[in-house]
Amino acid sequence: MLSRVIHFNLNKNMKKYNLYIAALLLLVGTTASSCKKNETVSGSGPVTFHFDNRYGTADLALGTAYTTSNGESLTPTTFNYFVSNFVLVKSDGTEYTVPKDKCYHLVREGVDSSADLTIQDVPAGDYTGIRFMIGVDSAKNTAPVSERTGDLDVAGAASDMYWTWNSGYIFYKLEGTSPQAPYDSMMGMAMMYYHIGGYGGMSSATINNIHTVSLTSGTAAQVRTGHHATVYIYADVDAVFNNPTQITIAAQPGHMFDAYSTTISANYVDMFSVNRVSND
Amino acid sequence: MTSYQKGIPVLAGILLSLSLLAPACKKNDTSGAVKFVAPASFPTPVYNLSANPLTQSGFVLGRKLFYDNRLSRDSTISCGSCHQQFASFVHAGHIVSHGIDNKLGHRNTPALVNLAWSYDFFWDGGVHDMDLVPPNPIKNPVEMDAQLPVVLDRLRNDSKYPGMFKDAFGTDEITTTRFLQALSQFMYTLVSANSKYDKYVRGETTLAAEEQQGLHLFQQKCATCHTTDLFTDRKFHNNGIQPTITDSGRYNVTLDPADIGKFKTPTLRNIEKTGPYMHTGGLRSLQAVLDYYGSSVNASATLDTVLTRDGRTGIALSEDEKTQIIAFLKTLTDEDFMKDPRFSEQ
Repeated sequence: MLSRVIHFNLNKNMKKYNLYIAALLLLVGTTASSCKKNETVSGSGPVTFHFDNRYGTADLALGTAYTTSNGESLTPTTFNYFVSNFVLVKSDGTEYTVPKDKCYHLVREGVDSSADLTIQDVPAGDYTGIRFMIGVDSAKNTAPVSERTGDLDVAGAASDMYWTWNSGYIFYKLEGTSPQAPYDSMMGMAMMYYHIGGYGGMSSATINNIHTVSLTSGTAAQVRTGHHATVYIYADVDAVFNNPTQITIAAQPGHMFDAYSTTISANYVDMFSVNRVSND
Repeated sequence: MTSYQKGIPVLAGILLSLSLLAPACKKNDTSGAVKFVAPASFPTPVYNLSANPLTQSGFVLGRKLFYDNRLSRDSTISCGSCHQQFASFVHAGHIVSHGIDNKLGHRNTPALVNLAWSYDFFWDGGVHDMDLVPPNPIKNPVEMDAQLPVVLDRLRNDSKYPGMFKDAFGTDEITTTRFLQALSQFMYTLVSANSKYDKYVRGETTLAAEEQQGLHLFQQKCATCHTTDLFTDRKFHNNGIQPTITDSGRYNVTLDPADIGKFKTPTLRNIEKTGPYMHTGGLRSLQAVLDYYGSSVNASATLDTVLTRDGRTGIALSEDEKTQIIAFLKTLTDEDFMKDPRFSEQ
């Protein structure tokens, strides 16, 4: 249960806190399933994925200074990322693949409506696992412009999450101020920035920062006609700075389309965990 | 329904068929209807024409957008500012262009010609779909420096554009796709294939002796990269123009060290009119270009092997041969293209 949360390794207090939540959820989950034991599992229903950005144990707020797990100071000013290609996994191991075009989603810290991705018409069942990409798959990165609507609109929602000079979506964008970053005279402040993308290349093979995230939850998302399941997912900004590679702002203040970006994405892929599941 | 009402669709039908003929005789459009014709001597077009078929109204909209300053942040720079028709859509005489706030670009402006046959766009090939070309200069902080959503809102709030989008696409909704497809309709129609050389290929004229000799030399010494009849192999090469490589070119897109200093082979169509030359804009004349290939090519790890044949760096060229090649290159000048009123700002 909540394997990502338990493995999460910020500090001892954090671990205790997570175990407490886990125990509580286990209790709630057990109670919930016993209440609905006799219900027929049929039809379909909506599932909402709610992305709750965090800094360590705190709710993330742009413009607030946090101390990173490497002891540096970071005041995030932008935190956006794409999620896509969702697959829901039932407790018996069978899977439901969400149609791709229903689930390209840009989470934008500071824009409340971007926290929720709702998938309609999910087949009824008890789902205990999910997989999704952080990023945008290569097919969509090379798709005709007419197939890039909604959050993928390069002159709309995605206009600041897309490289025009080297066609491709920016999967993950973290910007902030930090006394550990070099002073930028143009911006008039000490800036750090990680703009991470790269889908493997169109005509030449190049970096690929598409990652798939797998999460499990002891509490099933119970999808039924007339019900609405919500999976609350935490995304911890601090994950980018450790595991497997310690990355300090002082040593790595800025990266975009470059080889080191693969080290950054290998860290942040672990930023997600299931906080809780509600079945209404 | 009264007979009068029944008559409306019929009347509408008649008006519609009249309007299809109208562009040819409209007073403000003396240029006639636009067509896309793939020249017989060209390979198959790369651009997916069936996904964005050419219409007169789509082309006219694309042309208006191409020449509209409002695509830049402060409404001072249009696509046409740095892509001038009389110079085969380069920025005539400019080593690099000056964009918004007089900021200088990094590379010489490429010609906009026969783009429907391009696999990749820009010197480094960073864009692989013509529809995705315009966002690059529009957003570039030293070119037009505009935010695309802001540009689209300007068009939506304009008195003319919604009607023009309706003419082109059926409704007045202004979307990213329609905006970019209209620009592509203008761009892919920029076909240059009516130079003296083309007429020679079609058997309509003959080349002078010097031009003929130049063609023969060209085929031996230049056509490996400047493949006929597009006059580009559409690939990336390091031609040694940078004494020390400060612009990594294609490497920036692929991150492959083998691509350091490589740039896309430019077409030679209308080359007489598109100087200064090379991605650096560092060579002012065709004579300077041939002198460069003859004796000034800089060696480096990624220098194209075609330039190190015969145990020397560069291409063996006598002065007479250079003169003959230049005479041939001038047969690639297509005045009809550079003076076609359909491609001009209206």
